[in-house]
Amino acid sequence: MEQFAPVKRSKDGQPVRYLIVDDSVFARKNLARMIETFGGQVAAEAGDGLTAISEFDRTHPDIVLMDITMPQMEGIEAAERIVQAHPEARIVMVSSVGYQENIVAALQRGARHFVQKPVKPEVLYEVIKYVLGEDGSVAVAAGAGV
Amino acid sequence: MKMELIQPFINAADAVLSQGLQGNTKVGNLTMEEDAYRRKGVAGMIALTGDIEGRIILDLEPHTAVRVASHYAGAELPESDTLIKETIFELANQVVGNAISALNDQGFHFRVHPPLLLTAQEGDKTSEDTEALMICFETAMGSVFMNVALRYNKRRMSDHAAVGA
Repeated sequence: MEQFAPVKRSKDGQPVRYLIVDDSVFARKNLARMIETFGGQVAAEAGDGLTAISEFDRTHPDIVLMDITMPQMEGIEAAERIVQAHPEARIVMVSSVGYQENIVAALQRGARHFVQKPVKPEVLYEVIKYVLGEDGSVAVAAGAGV
Repeated sequence: MKMELIQPFINAADAVLSQGLQGNTKVGNLTMEEDAYRRKGVAGMIALTGDIEGRIILDLEPHTAVRVASHYAGAELPESDTLIKETIFELANQVVGNAISALNDQGFHFRVHPPLLLTAQEGDKTSEDTEALMICFETAMGSVFMNVALRYNKRRMSDHAAVGA
């Protein structure tokens, strides 16, 4: 997998910490591998919306990557609940169902961005830099891929 | 079965497989199937309900499923690994998700049900109005079969027409 210039937290230069929420083990592993290539760290994983809320409270990640269609509680509702409790939460919806109604609903309920599956690493990388804004910085290392 | 319903699924499968397997995918044979579905290997089925109803099956011969899942995992997986089933499920989800996104933007609304693993060698015989189309995608890792059986939900469609009138 392609390597990217590491994205770090501006405040302390530490790796960006992610919460990955998806009911598919395959999807979580795939996203975790991408995050590694961005120089990030997986703070926690969750397989449904309810667990995502408790894992957010426990780990306070910098970014949440959230699927939409999941058992128990869907991603849009979980995103809304997390943002209500933590307005600073940065949530990126990651779903194969990318029609307009879904995207608008997610953004209206607090998500910062939407990435459609299958996820292209270069797209997710750019979205993460955009969502982090000034709170993220790209470490320019010799030989960095992008 | 109308081609306008099938085409988004073919496009989505082509895109998902080409991107995921990092190689060109060739759309091979398209055949109509009116007999009961005969499973080829590791098969995931996703049901759709709503304006259009039916199901999509993504089916890979066992050795192809292992190769595809190993490619995604970045490591050689044994044939028994549960990640193989998970990989097929997620690929099916991505194909269906991408296809219904296109159809939803055309005004069709659906509910997508969670993927199910087909374990029986042979499925139920399809009814007249849900005859299935089998599409074979040739990839560098082997053939991927997609079986699509969809029909318009006449009651839902007439409700829409009545509202629109």
